[in-house]
Amino acid sequence: MDRNRLQHQVACMRRSLFDQGYLDEQFIQLEELQDDANPNFVQEIVTLFYTDSARLIQSIEQALNSRPIDFSKLDDYMHQFKGSSSSIGAKKVTSECTVFREYCRAENAEGCIRSFQQVKQEYAILRRKLEVYFQMVRQAAVAHTA
Amino acid sequence: MELNCNCIEPHLPPDDLLMKYQYISDFFIALAYFSIPLELIYFVKKSAVFPYRWVLVQFGAFIVLCGATHLINLWTFTIHSRTVAMVMTTAKVLTAVVSCATALMLVHIIPDLLSVKTRELFLKNKAAELDREMGLIRTQEETGRHVRMLTHEIRSTLDRHTILKTTLVELGRTLGLEECALWMPTRTGLELQLSYTLRQQNPVGYTVPIHLPVINQVFSSSRAVKISPNCPLARLRPAGKYMPGEVVAVRVPLLHLTNFQINDWPELSTKRYALMVLMLPSDSARQWHVHELELVEVVADQVAVALSHAAILEESMRARDLLMEQNVALDLARREAETAIRARNDFLAVMNHEMRTPMHAIIALSSLLQETELTPEQRLMVETILKSSNLLATLINDVLDLSRLEDGSLQLDVATFNLYAVFREVLNLIKPIPSVKKLHVSLNLAPDLPEFAIGDDKRLMQTILNVVGNAVKFSKEGSISITAFVAKPESLRDPRAPEFFPVPSDNHFYLRVQVKDSGSGISPQDIPKLFTKFAQNQAPTRNSGGSGLGLAICKRFVNLMDGHIWIESEGLGKGCTAIFIVKLGIPERWNESKIPFMPKASTNHGQTAFPGLKVLVMDENGVSRMVTKGLLVHLGCDVTMVSSIEECLRVVSHEHKVVLMDVCVPGMDGYEIAVRIHEKFPKRHERPLIVALTGNTDKVTKENCMRVGMDGVILKPVSLDKMRSVLSDLLEHRVLFEAI
Repeated sequence: MDRNRLQHQVACMRRSLFDQGYLDEQFIQLEELQDDANPNFVQEIVTLFYTDSARLIQSIEQALNSRPIDFSKLDDYMHQFKGSSSSIGAKKVTSECTVFREYCRAENAEGCIRSFQQVKQEYAILRRKLEVYFQMVRQAAVAHTA
Repeated sequence: MELNCNCIEPHLPPDDLLMKYQYISDFFIALAYFSIPLELIYFVKKSAVFPYRWVLVQFGAFIVLCGATHLINLWTFTIHSRTVAMVMTTAKVLTAVVSCATALMLVHIIPDLLSVKTRELFLKNKAAELDREMGLIRTQEETGRHVRMLTHEIRSTLDRHTILKTTLVELGRTLGLEECALWMPTRTGLELQLSYTLRQQNPVGYTVPIHLPVINQVFSSSRAVKISPNCPLARLRPAGKYMPGEVVAVRVPLLHLTNFQINDWPELSTKRYALMVLMLPSDSARQWHVHELELVEVVADQVAVALSHAAILEESMRARDLLMEQNVALDLARREAETAIRARNDFLAVMNHEMRTPMHAIIALSSLLQETELTPEQRLMVETILKSSNLLATLINDVLDLSRLEDGSLQLDVATFNLYAVFREVLNLIKPIPSVKKLHVSLNLAPDLPEFAIGDDKRLMQTILNVVGNAVKFSKEGSISITAFVAKPESLRDPRAPEFFPVPSDNHFYLRVQVKDSGSGISPQDIPKLFTKFAQNQAPTRNSGGSGLGLAICKRFVNLMDGHIWIESEGLGKGCTAIFIVKLGIPERWNESKIPFMPKASTNHGQTAFPGLKVLVMDENGVSRMVTKGLLVHLGCDVTMVSSIEECLRVVSHEHKVVLMDVCVPGMDGYEIAVRIHEKFPKRHERPLIVALTGNTDKVTKENCMRVGMDGVILKPVSLDKMRSVLSDLLEHRVLFEAI
């Protein structure tokens, strides 16, 4: 595909990510930090986010399955998860985390489990979309140089 | 015996007559003798004191017995019985005894009685004496009262006339004087003038020469002196046929302000005295008593003091009035001066513009004219016009500059400039002239001379240009060398200018410029005049094309730059060297970034705002840690990342200027770090700034941060701009608490 079309596609996807509320301002900040010194800054951050999140999700699942549920530990993990997701501007994920934390504080196990499902779902969607997005970006970059 | 008697025979027998007379006499004697003691007793009883009562008894007894004897004698004329004879004898014996006793006793008593009389006389004398003394004391006390009253009257006023008048009036009253007068020395001091009298209202100006013997006599003693009523001082009343009363004169010292030294009491060896003359009423037999004289002397002294007080007061009031006048005059003068200055400034401001505009027109148009086609004469004329108008323009500028320099309204335009460029510019400007004159100009800049300096480059250039221009102007041939170097502190002191005391400091240096020419030189006595305005040298070869202001202006500029300028010359024909030293600033490192010559190119967004700022980032969350690091690296910081509190405390050092930490950890451990860091770096300037990054939007977090001693709180998410502004604020103010 030629360069212009690829770039156009990348731009469209990006805009849709913002419009649909998956990403917010923070993501733009990250993009601003990307320069010649750090050309892949955003991708690096996002990759780190995936690793971090995977670990956290596993811990949360373990905590939720254990009886009795240690709500404070859950809150801890979710706090970290929320921090990471807000750092990269994952809007929907962050809001689901907030919901989870509410249930956690209320010590509502049912609510926690339910909202955690939401969190996982949102996370999965976002991850897929971002992976597609960055693939397109990489292709566009390559096409550019070619 | 009737036959022997040849007597005449009266009708009474003679023996019977004698007997009868004796009888009667005895009877009366007895009566007397009995009545005397009665009288004595009676009167003694009446008198209160009589020391010798028992003597009286004795005396009484004696008298009674004598009377008894005489009484009993009455019975012895006729034939009497033996009993009568017995009684008679007893009486006589008793009488004898008592009379002898009394006689003996009287020997003792009579001297006593006599001495009583002498005592009485003595006491009477004493009483008289006491009376006299009492009278004296009373008069003295009265005198004292009078003096006090007089003094009070005199001292209650500070007006000279009132003092003197009061003195005379009171003295007149106290002493009952007929006339009292005061003679004051005249201004010349050669005469005494009658100034005040008691009785006459307006004394006509009698004068008396001061060197009369009587006056000298009075002046030489501090006591009141009796003088003759006939002397000119005392001829105050119209001469009558009456005997004039006694006259007394006393001196009154006129103390001057200067007599009162601080530590000395005034010596009464002043030269100036006034004279007070007091006259007792004529035709009274009064004489001057001692106490009255003393009164007069005391009053004279008091008057002297009162007068001196009055004099002091007058003096001080005069001085004050004088000062006030002077004040007013000064004020007026100041206002006039200010008006003059304002007028001049207005004039200058107007003339500045008004004069320059036509000058500009002339110069511009003449130079344009020069460009056109002209005949050689025309060209010559235009060149002359141009030269003259250039000169005039320079003159105007010089005058305006100098007047601005003089009233201190000129201020240097201080900025960073290229020092080397200034010298090169000067050289370029001056080059044409020496090349025409076949002069060789060389410029020598020391290697340690900084390329950039802070100061007023235009004025510096003007100064150098002027100095070099002078060198060129006054040299016909030879060479001119210009050297510039950084002056060492020791060499800065010039013995000719002791008030020039350069203080070397870290961000200033002293530039020393020497311009040496081989021209006509200057004679040493002319050197001081060089820097005075409008003064020109009178040397015959001088091409005086200048206004004489150039060096004066240079001096002013050099002084403004905290420097010093002087000229050395060995004499006429031996050339001269002009040297000046000025103080210039050294540009600092920071400012280097503002100078456009700096080679470091800036990055994408044009600002490496915090080059090399060492920041420590503590965040447990890997992703946000990465993001923060990215932000800071983008801003040019040198970032160290730690992920736990222990690691943070281990790694933190005084090289880190800022510690950014995420305190979102619910365990509140983040705050502990701040406390520990405070402990680790007790000194404020070693301690890094501690800033919390938090997503918590509540006041509690902020308060906690402040409580543990953090220097700032930033709300996540942080944008690039926000991070930039936050860091710059932080570094400037060392504290930042975002409004949460």
